[in-house]
Amino acid sequence: MKSNCDKPLTERMRADGSVVDLQAYERAGGYQAIRKVLRSGMTPMAVAEEVKQSNLRGRGGAGFQTGVKWSFVPRGKDVPNPTYLVVNGDEMEPGTFKDRVLMERDPHQLIEGAMVAGFAIEADIAYIFLRGEYTLAGERLARAIAEAYERHYLGKNIFGSGYSLELYLHLSGGRYICGDETGLLNALEGKRANPRSKPPFPPSVGLFGKPTVVNNVETLCCVPHIINRGATWFQGLGRTKDGGTKLFGVSGKVKHPGLWELPMGTTVREILEEHAGGMRDGVKFRGLLPGGASTDFIVEEHLDLAMDFASLGKAGSRMGTGTMIVLDDHTCPVGMTWNLTHFFARESCGFCTPCWSGLGWADRILKAMEEGRGKPGDLEKLEFQTKMWAPGHTFCALAPGAAEPVQSALKHFREDFDRHIREHRCPWS
Amino acid sequence: MAIVYVDHKPCEMNPEENLLHGCLSHGFKLPYFCWHPALGSVGACRQCAVKQFRDENDSHGKIVMSCMTPAADGTRISIADPEVVAFRAGIIEGLMLNHPHDCPVCDEGGECHLQDMTVMTGHDYRRYEFEKRTFRNQNLGPLVNHEMNRCIQCYRCVRYYRDYAGGNDLNAFALRDRVFFGRAEDGVLENEFSGNLVEICPTGVFTDKTLKQHYARKWDQQFAPSVCVHCALGCNTDAGERYGTLRRMVNRYNHEVNGYFLCDRGRFGYEFVNDERRFRQPLLKGHTASAASARHYLDEKIAQGRVIGIGSPRASLEANFSLRTLVGPDHFYSGMADHEVKLIRLMIEILRRGPMRTPTLREIEESDAVFILGEDLTNIAPRMALSVRQSVRQQPMEAVEKLKIPLWLDFGVRDAMQDAKGPLYIATPHGTRLDDVATATFHAAPDDLARLGFAVAHALDSNAPAVPQAEECPLTNEIAGALKAAKKPLVICGPSCSSEAVIQAAANVAMAAHAALSFTAPECNSVGAALMGGNPLSAAFRAVRDGYADTVIILENDLYRRAPHAEVDSVLKAAPHVIALDHLPNPTTEKAELLLPAGTFAESDGTFISSEGRAQRFFQVCTPEKEVLASWRWLKPNHWQNLDDVLRAMADELPQLAAISDAAPSSKFRIAGAKIPRSPHRESGRTAALVHINISEPKPPEDPDSALSFSMEGTPDQPPAALIPFFWSPSWNSIQSVNTYQKEVGGPLRGGDACVRLFEPSPRNGQAYFSAIPASFQPRESEWLLVPMYHIFGSEELSLQAPAIRELAVIPHVAINSDEFAEGMEVEVTLSDGTFRFPVRIHREMPAGIAAVSVGSSPLLAVQLPGWGKIARAK
Repeated sequence: MKSNCDKPLTERMRADGSVVDLQAYERAGGYQAIRKVLRSGMTPMAVAEEVKQSNLRGRGGAGFQTGVKWSFVPRGKDVPNPTYLVVNGDEMEPGTFKDRVLMERDPHQLIEGAMVAGFAIEADIAYIFLRGEYTLAGERLARAIAEAYERHYLGKNIFGSGYSLELYLHLSGGRYICGDETGLLNALEGKRANPRSKPPFPPSVGLFGKPTVVNNVETLCCVPHIINRGATWFQGLGRTKDGGTKLFGVSGKVKHPGLWELPMGTTVREILEEHAGGMRDGVKFRGLLPGGASTDFIVEEHLDLAMDFASLGKAGSRMGTGTMIVLDDHTCPVGMTWNLTHFFARESCGFCTPCWSGLGWADRILKAMEEGRGKPGDLEKLEFQTKMWAPGHTFCALAPGAAEPVQSALKHFREDFDRHIREHRCPWS
Repeated sequence: MAIVYVDHKPCEMNPEENLLHGCLSHGFKLPYFCWHPALGSVGACRQCAVKQFRDENDSHGKIVMSCMTPAADGTRISIADPEVVAFRAGIIEGLMLNHPHDCPVCDEGGECHLQDMTVMTGHDYRRYEFEKRTFRNQNLGPLVNHEMNRCIQCYRCVRYYRDYAGGNDLNAFALRDRVFFGRAEDGVLENEFSGNLVEICPTGVFTDKTLKQHYARKWDQQFAPSVCVHCALGCNTDAGERYGTLRRMVNRYNHEVNGYFLCDRGRFGYEFVNDERRFRQPLLKGHTASAASARHYLDEKIAQGRVIGIGSPRASLEANFSLRTLVGPDHFYSGMADHEVKLIRLMIEILRRGPMRTPTLREIEESDAVFILGEDLTNIAPRMALSVRQSVRQQPMEAVEKLKIPLWLDFGVRDAMQDAKGPLYIATPHGTRLDDVATATFHAAPDDLARLGFAVAHALDSNAPAVPQAEECPLTNEIAGALKAAKKPLVICGPSCSSEAVIQAAANVAMAAHAALSFTAPECNSVGAALMGGNPLSAAFRAVRDGYADTVIILENDLYRRAPHAEVDSVLKAAPHVIALDHLPNPTTEKAELLLPAGTFAESDGTFISSEGRAQRFFQVCTPEKEVLASWRWLKPNHWQNLDDVLRAMADELPQLAAISDAAPSSKFRIAGAKIPRSPHRESGRTAALVHINISEPKPPEDPDSALSFSMEGTPDQPPAALIPFFWSPSWNSIQSVNTYQKEVGGPLRGGDACVRLFEPSPRNGQAYFSAIPASFQPRESEWLLVPMYHIFGSEELSLQAPAIRELAVIPHVAINSDEFAEGMEVEVTLSDGTFRFPVRIHREMPAGIAAVSVGSSPLLAVQLPGWGKIARAK
């Protein structure tokens, strides 16, 4: 196997966007990781340990160590069964489209990742919880799962190893909150997608009350490569201490919006200027959300920061999903903030007060401001609300996420907000 | 106990609980919404936030929800920290954004938890300037009113209704700030405990629709502690009155009995008290008469002798005893059918001998394996069904505890527990509402139910008699195993199958399993009336027919509910003089020569003994026209001045009832020299109440019978549990003020719950196993065994006179499993006592050969059943 591979997640993908089917996937070395795991007599703990050594951190946005998460699953004879693996494919973060590409173009990579992860946590059943609007990914995953079952890669006694795993594809009814791992579990159980209290955490009380691990699509796609090439190799892919590669995306008024697999720790500037080609002619950069809608704006002075889990903290932001949304000088920052807040207000599950009440209020204040009806004192009200949405003040991470673009926009683009109020209009309209 | 520092003050808290629970128990004014002592914590409203500090050197701290944080030893928190005070203000501001601020026209106004918490938090200025969201409200039936615009999305309603009470027609719909709590479409709330929404809802979304018909503010109502008259469980209530009409019933917390919840029959059955047909004056030979002439007539008849008295299981012990005293013990007859008395005495005897303990409703809730034999609890003893519904959580909760999830963390517990349920076995003639949480059910004729019981007892203890052909009893070993493995097993039975064998079988099981044994009883004072004794009713009938009695005094009893129509007709026709005491016209009062207007529970004081064997006092709340008197006042000898005298005489005469004097403090009881006010404080005072009639303030009515006053004047202190007329304390105007009456929130009331239990056998006691095992049921070719079927709405006499309950009453019908008949088909049921017409409802779960017939509102009586009869399509 090539050891100089630097784009393990995307190297098999076809330029025309067509799917890598089972044959093509296997020709390119697919399903070797699961064979290695099942045939070499690796124990589940050994697989989990290898992933832990690789320092793979969750690609859904929170960056929790995957191997550590797996180690929380109770093992042994007396544990409740079945154990579940749930693949979080409910990619609904505005501006984020990385998992979609992975699932549409190379679905077997995810299936193999789920199998290895399933073995590592001794799962009996795995679900892929897929965003309802991802119909193409749904079709391709369904076909890939069928192919895998045909070859007996899934089901009972895989590769004669005695390990069995059933894999199901579940299409979401479609709400942002289903992307929260416990909201997802409730949705999968057929309940309201309100997040759950933590503790208990899913590894002890998860789907249908049983031990469950929820992993992001991109996270699981990394797993077969770690098994094939080793933890050290994976670590070495990153430029900073967070190992591996990362799918980075850029949207907004740049020359070449898109998605690239790059080393973890690539700087924002490199992604923006070398890969996305810089700003379109005639528009100027003002700021960007580094990792989806629920991250704080960063501005020019932060562009040399590395995209990894730690560095962006220096700018008061975080990497999130690693897919940036760029704000330019032809776009109203208040309008953009309103757009995001409107989304979060709409997607609030309605459970805890700061979220359902405060987001709705902020949505209306921003709308009024954008429409020229802003009033002195509005910004103070918005600032107060963002404090109400702080982590720990709310039940889940939705409102803290929603606070990030608002609080940072108020910090970096304060004058633009003030102008809206002063001039009773949107200067961009 | 854990020491938790609250704003530097060390406080002892229960480490098994959360900080909110601990803070409230210490009397801290910490506002909250979504938490409820019976429902646990979910962390939705975020109102109870406090600042938590790592240690004494941490000055920064972090905001946590007190309801979601364990009261661990050494925890340091602040309620007064400015940042958390501002946070709580922000929460209440958020909750109030869409609230319509319609307190002046809201029924909750003045007793609203949202009002209290808003004031407590200090929120008084509205900064929100946008349109409020509005909803279309639903018609939820005659009991509960719906006004969704007031909703603050605390989720208590659905958590109570679905998770606690097992309802499934109320739900949370939609998202964000537009969550709608209601039904998929307009319609009557299906759950039998829907009325608790009124008290669970912290604001005016769910309010009492019957109160709305004759609304008065809490501060304008006068209250008295009462005991529910609509079944034998003896749930504690507070009755609210204004201007002589009873306005509503609210739950009176009793830790051991009803806790926080009532059934809908108990909460909404009260309106019979206000019925326009109520007797307000004596009627002599069909004409209104003065009290003096009525009394004169009564005295005259007593003087003439040859008087017999028939008591009543729905009248107080005091009323029954006064009648017994008036006519003499030899001429006092039970007001229940002979067979019924026999069954109730059998139950009493079993409980007295022991060693099986009769559990309180709270203990039923804590049972971890339950076997119900013969009783359709939801329809016979509804509140007990709610307790049994909680009991199935006990065993799964042990598993949850092993996962180190605190039991107060409600969603955590439910996520872990999922659909797991502890053992509940239900053996009844037909399906019941509790079947949805049962481990297994068995539907059979009473004899087969008894055989199952005997078989289970034998499986548990080989000394218990074996059942011949026991292989016909399914589930025997499974039930025995579940009871044996349980820490707190419970057997529930009662007289509803009219079968001694079923009761004896239940006693055998309880003895063999070392289980608690709970019996239901038919009426609010069935057990008290049975303990009082008296000759059999059939003997009274004989005495009249044989000409030994000239005058029959019938106490609060419609004899047509006790014996077949023709029989009662002939007795009442044969009696030269019939004197009846009652509240409302019924076929018996129609036959009375003299009718004395008897006070209902709302116009009387008295004592009932519940099916648990608990003696409980109820107190007068209405002060009606002077002709309406408690039955015991009509009947008592002159030298008894007040209730205390009746109780003293009863204790002397009937030692088995001596303890009931202690059911509540006597009329002499005072707190610092003052009586206990029935009315809450109000700013405007009481003088304006009757000003349109007379400007000079009338003297408040005297109450010679109790330590309660008909006034807002009296002690400001908390009265003993039996004398709590309403729950109120400074800053806590809503029913949530119960918190401040408990030593530990959710626990017993301060000073102890009202408690006189008459059956407390020593655990060392014993009794022999019953051995009269019936043969198995044999269906007949052309006949059906008819068994009684009870309905929560429709089978109880008094609540059926309340319009809201009458609207919901089940149409009497025959439940049957037969291809011969179709759903809705009219049939004629022929027994030895006559032919009765009913519609048919097909019950596929029922066994062959038996049919269940509605009793209570149909002409066919429970006492005539079980009996063999023919069923044929009506011509």
